[in-house]
Amino acid sequence: MSKTNQKVKEPIISIKEMNKYYGDFHALTNIDLEVNIGERIVICGPSGSGKSTLIRCLNRLEAHQSGSVIVNGVELHQHMKDIDKVRSEVGMVFQHFNLFPHMTVLENCTAGPMWVNKVPPVEAHEIAMKYLERVNIPEQADKYPAQLSGGQQQRVAIARSLCMNPKVMLFDEPTSALDPEMVAEVLDTMTDLAQSGMTMIVVTHEMGFAKQVADRVIFMDEGKIIEANEPIAFFENPQSERTKKFLSQVLVH
Amino acid sequence: MIKDTVTEDLLLRKPTFIAFLFATVLVCFLIFDPSQSLIGHLLEPALGDPDTSGLYGRFVTSFMLAVLMVLNLLAISLIPNFRLQVICVWIELLILFLSFFYSFDLSFEFIRSKIWFMVTQGIFTTLYVSAISIVIASFIAIIGAVAKMSSNGFAYAIASFYTSFFRGLPLLMQVYLIYLGFPQIGYVIDAVPAGIIALSLCYGAYMTEIFRAGIMSIDAGQWEGSRALGFKFSLIMRKIILPQSIPLIIPPTGNQFIAMLKDSSLVSVIGVWELMFLARTLGNKTFNHMEMLITAAMLYWMMTMVLELIQSRIERKYQKRQSR
Ligand SMILES: Nc1ncnc2c1ncn2[C@@H]1O[C@H](COP(=O)(O)OP(=O)(O)OP(=O)(O)O)[C@@H](O)[C@H]1O
Ligand SMILES: [Mg+2]
Repeated sequence: MSKTNQKVKEPIISIKEMNKYYGDFHALTNIDLEVNIGERIVICGPSGSGKSTLIRCLNRLEAHQSGSVIVNGVELHQHMKDIDKVRSEVGMVFQHFNLFPHMTVLENCTAGPMWVNKVPPVEAHEIAMKYLERVNIPEQADKYPAQLSGGQQQRVAIARSLCMNPKVMLFDEPTSALDPEMVAEVLDTMTDLAQSGMTMIVVTHEMGFAKQVADRVIFMDEGKIIEANEPIAFFENPQSERTKKFLSQVLVH
Repeated sequence: MIKDTVTEDLLLRKPTFIAFLFATVLVCFLIFDPSQSLIGHLLEPALGDPDTSGLYGRFVTSFMLAVLMVLNLLAISLIPNFRLQVICVWIELLILFLSFFYSFDLSFEFIRSKIWFMVTQGIFTTLYVSAISIVIASFIAIIGAVAKMSSNGFAYAIASFYTSFFRGLPLLMQVYLIYLGFPQIGYVIDAVPAGIIALSLCYGAYMTEIFRAGIMSIDAGQWEGSRALGFKFSLIMRKIILPQSIPLIIPPTGNQFIAMLKDSSLVSVIGVWELMFLARTLGNKTFNHMEMLITAAMLYWMMTMVLELIQSRIERKYQKRQSR
């Protein structure tokens, strides 16, 4: 598995001194993180440590209160005009898929290109079929999401994001809502995607995936980045006590 | 509602229940002395003049009626087809109702002479006033619902003031206020537009709440999923949220439309020639009030039934789409 090919050192995401509060609750504390083009990052940590909050700040589904978040050269803030443009270039895959239930799989995939990027229908259809083939479910194109299994739905969600031709893909626990036998098919799709050179930030508890795919593994606890390292070093030689404790818990089962 | 796959025994198969039913019906009939009724007259050859047959006649007629009724129920319960059963019960209830009206000794001649005018003028006006109003009300409701959920202080204040005011005043008063109030500020308004404005504003206020509830019931994940793709607010609303809330909005909106159909009778007070207005004026000259009122009642009911049918059609269409 080659993941060492020369990466261009150019940050697509740059977070500096970022703080996030929910009311009085300090959800993220002094986050500093740079993600380069082509880099694959896995974020792990105990429940409630702020993993979801962090990646939701990257396309401003959540607002941060101080510090800066720069995505693809654009700083995110409350009064920005072009948030939709930034969002259209940042794909996001959710734990619960968030497919549009009243639209077919194909319509789910053509909606973004047609409505946001103003791609003509025929071309949008081609794009959609291309990515549905890529995630191995072109034959489900005319079904409705409710007719698919969880794993298939999640792959549609990945295809839907890819149709926007994003520069980065964010994944928030994409396999946590799936039955065990469906986890593999989604992880395979994501591994494929990683090999194609996509920049990815993945929140997951799948440590096997992290070892295999990640360039960097980040451990979070209580709203802080505790440790960030290359996977081999991260798993074999964790620095902090909290990381060790967490790893002993997740690697047992 | 999901039906259980195991059903309990039909009550009408239990002898004790049948006996109880029979006794109850018999007592009811005994209290309401049916000897003067149609059945009483049919039994005249056997019992003699109902006026003189006394307690005995009263008991026999009641008994006969109770037997007929229980037999009828048993017969209906034997129909295996659900639809057929429903139709039978409907028809029987309808016949009972009509015979109730029949007993008023109405002049059908008079009804026949007026009904065409009531349909062409009255129903037509009632329908188009209601239809225009419900469309305008729906538009108001979408805007009102969005405004009520907005974080803009002005929008929220105006929308909540609007819903509070128009839900708080009796519709009749709103009709008067608009019809008589506008001329005060130098703007004379015809009866029909005044009626439409009043109905639209009043129902728009109620429907604002229906739409708001419909929109709020859509999972937050739908907003996040669409935002993450770069959709703008109006696009999310039009293409993602509203289409999903429509199945939830249709039943209460149908309800509102039916209510409006009848509430539109209130605009008759300002002289709109809708159904209720005609029913009152046409009967006045010759004192055929009852005829016209009952005719109007039947016409309202028929319009409602048509609407119910349309509503159930639309609902079924959306159910199919959802459950695929
Ligand atoms: N909308 C919110 N309002 C208030 N507090 C919130 C909100 N969302 C999250 N939090 C709090 O912020 C903290 C971080 O939440 P977050 O969802 O980011 O955790 P997580 O690491 O993703 O956990 P999990 O693994 O369970 O998904 C938690 O303590 C949570 O209770
Ligand atoms: Mg989470």
